[in-house]
Amino acid sequence: MSEKVTVEAVQRVAELAHLELTPEETAPMVRDLNAILDYVAELDELDTSNVTPLAQMSELSGDGIVAVLRADQTAPSLNRAVVMEQAPETDGAFFKVPKVIER
Amino acid sequence: MDVAETFTQKPMSLAALSAEIAAGRTKAADLAATYYERIEELNPRLNIYLSLTKERALAQASKIDAMAAKGNPLPPLAGIPVGIKDVLVVQGVPSTAGSKILQGYRPPYDCTAVARLEAAGAVLLGKTNCDEFAMGSSNENSAYGPVRNPVDPELVPGGSSGGSAAAVAANLAVAALGSDTGGSIRQPASFCGVVGVLPTYGRVSRYGLIAFASSLDRIGPLAANVRDAATLLGVIAGHDPNDATSSPAPVEDYATESDKPAAGLRIGVPAEYFADGLDPEVRAAVEKGIGALEAAGCTIKPISLPHTKYAVPTYYLVATAEASANLARFDGVRYGYRSADSGTLSAMYSHSRDEGFGAEVKRRIFLGTYALSAGYYDAYYLKAQRVRRLLAEEFLRAFAEVDAIVTPTSPFPAFKLGEKTGDPLAMYLADIYTVTASLAGICGVSVPCGATKTGLPVGMQVLARHFGESTAFRVARAVEAAGI
Repeated sequence: MSEKVTVEAVQRVAELAHLELTPEETAPMVRDLNAILDYVAELDELDTSNVTPLAQMSELSGDGIVAVLRADQTAPSLNRAVVMEQAPETDGAFFKVPKVIER
Repeated sequence: MDVAETFTQKPMSLAALSAEIAAGRTKAADLAATYYERIEELNPRLNIYLSLTKERALAQASKIDAMAAKGNPLPPLAGIPVGIKDVLVVQGVPSTAGSKILQGYRPPYDCTAVARLEAAGAVLLGKTNCDEFAMGSSNENSAYGPVRNPVDPELVPGGSSGGSAAAVAANLAVAALGSDTGGSIRQPASFCGVVGVLPTYGRVSRYGLIAFASSLDRIGPLAANVRDAATLLGVIAGHDPNDATSSPAPVEDYATESDKPAAGLRIGVPAEYFADGLDPEVRAAVEKGIGALEAAGCTIKPISLPHTKYAVPTYYLVATAEASANLARFDGVRYGYRSADSGTLSAMYSHSRDEGFGAEVKRRIFLGTYALSAGYYDAYYLKAQRVRRLLAEEFLRAFAEVDAIVTPTSPFPAFKLGEKTGDPLAMYLADIYTVTASLAGICGVSVPCGATKTGLPVGMQVLARHFGESTAFRVARAVEAAGI
C-alpha cells in the first residue's frame, strides 16, 4: 500500500475538519485513507481533460439550469423560542459558547 | 427456510386496508394499536424503531376514524401506519440520524415528504433506525445498535435505511420512508425482500432530510408491493419552494401507470453488472426475472456500460466531499451534543465532534476533507465530478436505445452481522450496482426477485431515465407478477 497520506497530513486534515483524533485512532485512519486513496486512483486511467465537471444534476434531467429566484419578500422564519430550546447553552436570545477572544 | 427464527410477515396492501378503513370495518385507531403491540413484541429483538410517536399516531387515527364515521371521502393514505427513517425531521419528535451527536435533538420544523404523507392521512408510528448520517450499507453504523434482518436476525438488513426496510418486511409498518444516496433504499429493500424506490434526483423535496451528500441524496418509499410504493411516491413527489433543487416536472399517477402491461418495452441488460463478483444464486434469480420480462412481451437487449467500474471510486470522492461540508454544522453550538469543559471554542468544536461522531462518519469526513483540500481538489474532487459526467452520459446514451435497464440490486444477499465491519473498502464495494444510478440522477426500483436456496431474498434493480418512474414501475410490476 502506498504512503500517500502521512500522519502529518491526517493531522492537518483533522484541523481543517475540527476533528480531534486520539493517538489510537490515528494509525487506523492513516491506513484506511491510504487503502481508499489507492483504490480511487483507478480514476486516473480515464482521460477527462475535455470533460466538464458535473455539479448540478438539473443539467442532465431536462430541467436545464433554471435559476428560479423567489420574490424578495421578508417572511417569518423559524420560531426563535422553539430553536433556542435545542441550544446546549443560551441566554434565550443568543447561543453561548466558550470565550473566543482573550483580552 | 433454513433459519432458526424468522420474523417476516407481509403487510396488507394499501388497497385492501383502505377499503377496510373506509367501510368502517377496521378502525384506524385499532390498526395503530395493533401495530404498536407488534412493535412492542418484536422491537427488542430487531431494533427497528428508535422512537415511537404514539400520541401523534393515535390523534391522527382518531381523526381518520371520525371522518370515516361521517362517511366523508378519505385521503389516499387514510389510517395507513408508516415508519419514518430517523434522518427525516418531524417537528418536536426526536431525530437522531442514527448518531449520538443528535441524541435528544427535537427538530423545529417538518420534512416536506413526511408532511405530505400526514396530509394524505398516514399514521406516523415512529422513527426507524439507520446507519449514522445515512453512511453505511448494513445498518451496523448506527450509534443505537444494528437492526436485525427479519428474514434471519443473524443477518444485516442492509443500509442505510435498514430500519425502514425491516419495518415493512416484519409488518411493523405498512410502508416506510427511507433515503438513498448510494443505494440506501434499494439495497436494504433487496436484503429484506421488499420494494424500494429511488426517485429521480429532484423528484421529491429534500427539505427536512438531514443532509449527507446534497447532489446525491433522495427521499423515497419502501413498501410490500410495487403498486403501494408507486402510490406513496405520488403522494410525496412534486416541487417544493423550500428545496431549490426540487423539480417542477409534473407528478404522474404512478400507481395507475404501473398497472399498464410491460409488453413492448425494451429492456437493457448491462454486461458489467453480471460479471465477476456476482453471487451465482443472485445471478440465477435475476436471470429468471429477465426471463419473466421476456415472457411478458418485453424485448431484452444486451448492452454495455463500460464506465461502471469507475462508479464506486467516483461516488466515494463526491459523496464524502459533500458530506464533509454538510456535517460541518455539527459543532456543539446550536443543537445536539456539546462536549463539557472544553475551555476554548476550538476545543469545543473538535471534542464535540470527536465524541459525537462514530468511526465511519469520521472516516468519510476525513476522506472528503482531504479530497477537497488545497493541492488535492483537482486530482480528487474535480476529477470525480468529470468521471461523474461520463457515467451520466453513458446512461443517457443507453436510454436512447432501451426503456429500462435491469440489474441485480446487490452482488450478494444479506450477509452476517459483523462480517464486513473490519474492512471499510469491502463494505463500500457492496454498493457497486447502486451508486451508478445515484451519480447519474436517474430513477430506479428494487423489486423482490426470488431467493437463494436458504431463503435469502434477492432484489432486481430496474433503472429508468430521469422522471421515468412510471416505466420503472411497469417493469417492476411485471417481475412481481411472475412470482419468481
